[in-house]
This record gives sequence, structure tokens and C-alpha cells, in this order.
Amino acid sequence: MAERRLFGLGVAALVVAAAFLAIGLKGNIAFVLELRLLKLAALVQVGVAIAVSTVIFQTVTGNRILTPSIMGLDALYLFGQMLLVFLLGGVGYVTLDPQMKFGLEVLLLMGLACALLLPMLRSRLDMGLMLLGGVVLGVLFRSLQSLLARLIDPNEFAVVQSASFANFNAVRTDLLVFAAIVTVAALIIAWRARHVLDVISLGPDAATGLGVGWAGTVTGLLLLVSALVAVSTALVGPVAFFGLLVAALAERIVDSRRHAVLLPAAALIGVVVLVGGQTLFQHALGSATALGVVIEFVGGLVFLLLLVLGSRK
Amino acid sequence: MIRIENVSFKHRATPILTDISLDIPKGGVVALIGPNGAGKSTLLSLVARLQPLQTGSISVDGLPVDTTPGRDLAKVLAILRQDTTIASRLRVRELVGFGRFPHGRGRLTDDDNAIVDGAIAQFDLADLSDRFIETLSGGQRQRALVAMAFAQGTDYLLLDEPLNNLDMYYARALMRSLRSVADVNGKTVVIVLHDINQASAHADRIVAMKGGRIVADGTPAEILTSDVLDAVFGFRMRVETIDGTPFALHQF
Ligand SMILES: Nc1ncnc2c1ncn2[C@@H]1O[C@H](COP(=O)(O)OP(=O)(O)O)[C@@H](O)[C@H]1O
Ligand SMILES: [Mg+2]
Repeated sequence: MAERRLFGLGVAALVVAAAFLAIGLKGNIAFVLELRLLKLAALVQVGVAIAVSTVIFQTVTGNRILTPSIMGLDALYLFGQMLLVFLLGGVGYVTLDPQMKFGLEVLLLMGLACALLLPMLRSRLDMGLMLLGGVVLGVLFRSLQSLLARLIDPNEFAVVQSASFANFNAVRTDLLVFAAIVTVAALIIAWRARHVLDVISLGPDAATGLGVGWAGTVTGLLLLVSALVAVSTALVGPVAFFGLLVAALAERIVDSRRHAVLLPAAALIGVVVLVGGQTLFQHALGSATALGVVIEFVGGLVFLLLLVLGSRK
Repeated sequence: MIRIENVSFKHRATPILTDISLDIPKGGVVALIGPNGAGKSTLLSLVARLQPLQTGSISVDGLPVDTTPGRDLAKVLAILRQDTTIASRLRVRELVGFGRFPHGRGRLTDDDNAIVDGAIAQFDLADLSDRFIETLSGGQRQRALVAMAFAQGTDYLLLDEPLNNLDMYYARALMRSLRSVADVNGKTVVIVLHDINQASAHADRIVAMKGGRIVADGTPAEILTSDVLDAVFGFRMRVETIDGTPFALHQF
């Protein structure tokens, strides 16, 4: 049954992708189509990266209302970006090749995430502690970022100034190829780890008993999550609740925590929501920039709902 | 054989285990008894490398638990911890299937499925096999967890208070199943029990712990005496022998 629903999601994803490409196509068709294809590729990547990283993160923490961005990972990425400007200077940063810059940022995020989050993931903390820790870390990373922003010279600051909301309308298509390499590699690793992820969801003791070393596996998974977060944040900016929305929907639709169906389901839902939403806003509602706000609003509601439902259990 | 040599364990400065040495030869049922806080769970978790060893050494079938790769050890030794909670939304059959993970890394062959079916049947879970774990009663969940450890198919099985939440019928059934895998399949079962009469009726050997040390070790007849039980639990109880098996009347 889960497989049939997965198939349905796949069809839905293809339909929204086709709609995104085809609706309102006029003028220089080849040119518009190329532009749209690039944008579609970016949106698909973002949707998939956020969905998969959220599912993996939730499995590792044993927690359904946490996402990498609630734990401040995207803020950490922006902090890393700022740190690079601080260390290299605005000129040095601007002259770096964008792919190279992005590569550095990904590595920096992986390192920072491991240094700061691994102590929390050694064992499983209860949800209250984890959430509290996440909120504190998120605020910490954001403040560190604004501290650095104040320390560097205003001209250099302009180089990295980033929106506080994701903007799905102005996607960084220049990073697309490199980001795609990172995403595809991460997805292959995640897919191959699907059974290990099932075991990890049982918790540290059961996983160790079944021969899956906790510390090593969790470190690897956290690196994977960091890479995916870096991709989505670099392409569109920070997205707080989208991952939560997608992961919650995926679990309800396939009614299983088996990662062999959960990971693809979440990825497909990420595509449907993002590409479908963008198509809808662009053509029907006429204001493409509002999608980020609406997704965050709905995701935020889901977050509150999960909190209320979870505490009642 | 499980060989535990000079193992001590501290939590910060508090000694929890002090200089434990114990050999458990292959085959048979060994019961670990002792008052709350004696260190039984800690000892089992050290044997199953769930906590890092501080001093001393432990090996299972000659494999040192601190240096042997986890996945090799998982084919030799299975553990069921006390108070295991499963946070994930799983059906009983999926949970039991995890027992086969060390063998196929997640891919279940026909043989694996047959073993899973066998474990489900052995613990009377057939009617429950499609239910979600969180919808089960405490005893049913406990049986599912034991079935998972069983399905791992290891020569050594460590069970920490598996009779928790089980009614009389299933407690007896579980002890008899353990007895039969030890007798028929030559498996080694180390089981923490609070019911010393279950230990007396089904174990070959009883090891008693108190205050982080082993205070008595012997056959049921040697351990179930008023003096030994007084030394372990701190009060005197009557012991009566029925059909050659000693039983402690600890309710009075
Ligand atoms: N995480 C811990 N922190 C502090 N003390 C602990 C911890 N785990 C166990 N202990 C202590 O170690 C002792 C032995 O515990 P345990 O092995 O669970 O005993 P048993 O299983 O025999 O009841 C107890 O005194 C307990 O309080
Ligand atoms: Mg215990």
C-alpha cells in the first residue's frame, strides 16, 4: 500500500513539474523553457534536499518536531559564510570562484555542525532538552552571524547580505551544477543507508546491539544533513518550517517509518509542495514572492499542531 | 564462553562494579539475581559493549568486546535491555525482522523470513504481527522485543529482566523457551531475574550480585538457602524443596 501511494506521489510530482514548465508558455519558447528548466532543477533540488535532510535528522534525534533549521543549521551556514568574508575580506571573497566559495562553505558547515551538534547527539536527549538546546543554538548562531556582520566593514557586509526569508523566486542558478553534484552524492549515500537509518531509529542501545556503531554512524549522517542544508540554504536562503511540513506529511501519507519508502515519499512531497506552490503563486495568484511566507506559515502551524498533539500523548 | 576478568566500573567517582571476574561457559541458562542497584544491568551492558569498558576485560567466544567490530559481535551476542522503549512507529513483524539486520544488513532473504516467522510463532505473536508496537500492552511489547533478540540467532543471549510485565502464563512460557534453546540448540542465556523461584526452576546456575560485587555463585540448590538469600537480599526467608527444586517463600 505504501508503494502505491509512493507511485501516486511520483505522478503528482511529474504533473506539477510539467505544469511549471508548460503553463503560460509564450514568446521565445526555447529561451523561456531553458530559464524555467534551470529554475525547476533548482526548486527540485531544494525540495528534495530539505525533505531528506529533515527526515534523517528526525531519525537521528528520535524526534518528530525537530528540523535541521530549528536546530539552527541554516543559521550556522550563514554564519560560516560571514566568517569566510571576515577571514578573507570582501575583495578576496568576491574574487573567489562561486563554486569554490560554495565548496568552502559546505565544508565549513560540516565542520561546525559536527563540532557543535555531535555532543548533543552522543546519546538521545529527551525532546524538551533537545528543543531547548535547538532554540538556544539557533539563537546563538544567528547572534554570532550578526556579531560578525557588525565587525566587518559595511562594504564587505553587502557582499553576503542575505534575506531572512527564503526567496524561491530568485534562485541562485549559478551554483546549480555544483550543488547538484553535492545533492546527488548525498542522496545516493542516504539511499544506501536506508536500512541503517531504520536501525538508528530504534535508538543507541538497540542500534549498537544490532551492530550499528552509534557515534560513527550518527557523525556520518550529520555530515550528510549538513551538506544538504548547505545546498538548500545556498540556493534559496533559510527555510524554517518547510522540512517539518514535508516530513510530517510524508509519514502520514505512507504510514511507515521505513526509510525505503519514507525518504522517497518526503522527497516527492517536497517537490510537489515547492514546484506546485511556485506554479500556483506565479500563475494563479500572481505573486511569486509570497510562496516562502505561505510555506513558512503553514509549516509553523504544523509545528504548533505537532507540539500540541505530542504533549497530549 | 563469556569471560569477564577484573572488571570495575565507576560513574564519576561512584564505584558501580568492583573487580568482577566471571566465566560463563557455552550452553545453559545462567540467572543473575540481586537487589535493585546491585549492578546487574551495568554488567550486562558492559558485556554487550553498550557502555565503554573502563578497567578489566571482557570477551565472548574469544572476541574482546571493546575491539571487535560491532557487526561481528552482533552475530554472536544479542541483548535485550531493561525498559527498552521503541520510539519508532513499527509493526511487530518489522521489529522482529530487525533481529536479522546483522546478517543481511537490512535485506531479508527467505531464510531470514522463516526465522522471523519462527520467532513470531515461538512467542505467540502471530495474531499481533501486523499491529503497531505502541498499541500493544506492556507484556505483549516485551514478548515482541524478546522475539527480536531471538531472531538475531546468536549463540549468546543477554536478557535484562525479560519477565517484566509478563503474566504467569507468558513468564513460564518464556522461561521454558529459553530452557529449550539452551538444551536443544546449545545456546547460552544470561538472564536477570527478580523472581528467584523462576531462577531456581529453570536456570542451571545462579550468580548473585550485591553492591557491585558477586556475592554468591552456584547451582540453584546452593544459592537457594536461607543463609545465602539473607546475605544477598537482607532478610531471612523460608526455603522449601518440592520435587527436588528449592523454592523460597519470600512473601512472608
Ligand atoms: N547513568 C547513571 N548515573 C549514575 N548512577 C547510575 C547510572 N546508571 C546506573 N547507576 C547506578 O549504578 C548502580 C547499579 O545500577 P544497575 O546496574 O542498573 O543495577 P541493577 O540492574 O542491578 O538494578 C545503581 O546504584 C545505580 O544508581
Ligand atoms: Mg537493572
